[in-house]
Amino acid sequence: MLGNFDFDVIRRSLPYLFYEGMTFTLTLTALSALGGLIFGTAIALMRLSGYKTLGRIAGLYVDFMRSLPLVLVIFWFYFLVPYIGQWLTGASRPISVGAFASSLITFIMFEAAYFSEIMRAGIQSISRGQPAAANALGLTYAQTMRYVVLPQAFRNMLPVLLTQTIVLFQDTSLVYVLSIPDFLGAASKVAQRDGRLVEMYLFAAFVYFTISCVASFGVRRLQSRIAIIR
Amino acid sequence: MIEISHVDKWYSSAFQVLKDCTTSVAKGEVVVVCGPSGSGKSTLIKCVNALEPFQKGDITVDGTKVNDPKTNLPKLRARVGMVFQHFELFPHLKIIDNLCLAQEKVLGRGHDKSVTKAMMLLDRVGLKEHAQKFPAQLSGGQQQRVAIARALAMDPIAMLFDEPTSALDPEMISEVLDVMVDLAREGMTMMVVTHEMGFARKVANRVIFMDRGEIVEDAPKDDFFGKPRSDRAQKFLSKILSH
Repeated sequence: MLGNFDFDVIRRSLPYLFYEGMTFTLTLTALSALGGLIFGTAIALMRLSGYKTLGRIAGLYVDFMRSLPLVLVIFWFYFLVPYIGQWLTGASRPISVGAFASSLITFIMFEAAYFSEIMRAGIQSISRGQPAAANALGLTYAQTMRYVVLPQAFRNMLPVLLTQTIVLFQDTSLVYVLSIPDFLGAASKVAQRDGRLVEMYLFAAFVYFTISCVASFGVRRLQSRIAIIR
Repeated sequence: MIEISHVDKWYSSAFQVLKDCTTSVAKGEVVVVCGPSGSGKSTLIKCVNALEPFQKGDITVDGTKVNDPKTNLPKLRARVGMVFQHFELFPHLKIIDNLCLAQEKVLGRGHDKSVTKAMMLLDRVGLKEHAQKFPAQLSGGQQQRVAIARALAMDPIAMLFDEPTSALDPEMISEVLDVMVDLAREGMTMMVVTHEMGFARKVANRVIFMDRGEIVEDAPKDDFFGKPRSDRAQKFLSKILSH
């Protein structure tokens, strides 16, 4: 039965799949996670700031982002950003942003909502005595956050942040709606060109599975190592 | 040095934690604050460096009004050392870095100078050889001594102690008290919330007794232990001194 399949198509397309596709996927994952973490932390700090308006704005943002399907946001953002750019800069025509920049901004915005909830939990897990002790030493709010609270919150939440990044790694495949050749997009292009849908999609699934599995295993090991240090 | 006058504090409109508290700590004086749990003694001491806000009254530290919105609180707090019940060392930093962080970031001291100062103070509390360890690797008594050294590294003009021995195992209490006694004898201005009456007897100038948010008694040490005027203080003393 397997005789009808041509698995050699995988070997032939490997350079394209990995040099173009996987590079794109990993770059997008890494940059989105980094940006999401930075903005997510900012949103978490806004929510915990004690300024009601600031907290409410951040809360609305998180709720809004979490109530929309990611595909829809990617799709809309791709079409909207050029017009927003035009409106902001006052240019005469929509600004071309490019599929990569557009999808990166979308993922950062989207992940910021998720990372902010993780960081918020992390910050709240630090006992109130810690910021009190830092304040008592004369550290300002910003210094207390930077040197005392956030390093601990980040360390406590590292396994969860990394797990969310693995989910993000899989979610980046949704950029297919913009027909960007990420790993899955590249695989599907080859699949359709050569009429080898089963082989290519099987292979893509295998690659996503392997990478995610290995990464999850790594996170678990890291988790137990952190647990010993504490 | 520390002037507390007519301080009122409410947690909610219904619950008043501090009622018209007035007292003071002069330069070089050691004042022990005691009283049953929930009497507001920890809250009072936290008001002194504005870790807790209060609604009425005034607190002045070395001429600076704590409750003035224009007061630079970080600057004020940097001059007043505080030691907490649960030590509150920074668990992600080595002991030496616990002592250097605020010196460098708040006082702007250079790293080498901070390390020298830190090592001198660690030596003083007998923990020089633990400088490169993390707080979790130390016993409670050792952690609290590090916390005292951390506060001293800022060259404070006064020290606040919030039940510094309450979270310690009995055999570790004396090593912390010894450090505090030395400090008191060197003339450090200290305000100490504690139940350690032995410490109070040894070094306190005055003892303040609080109950239900009020300062019930504020007397020189000998008067307090000799003949407390209030029933509540007598009762309290008989309870904690009976064994």
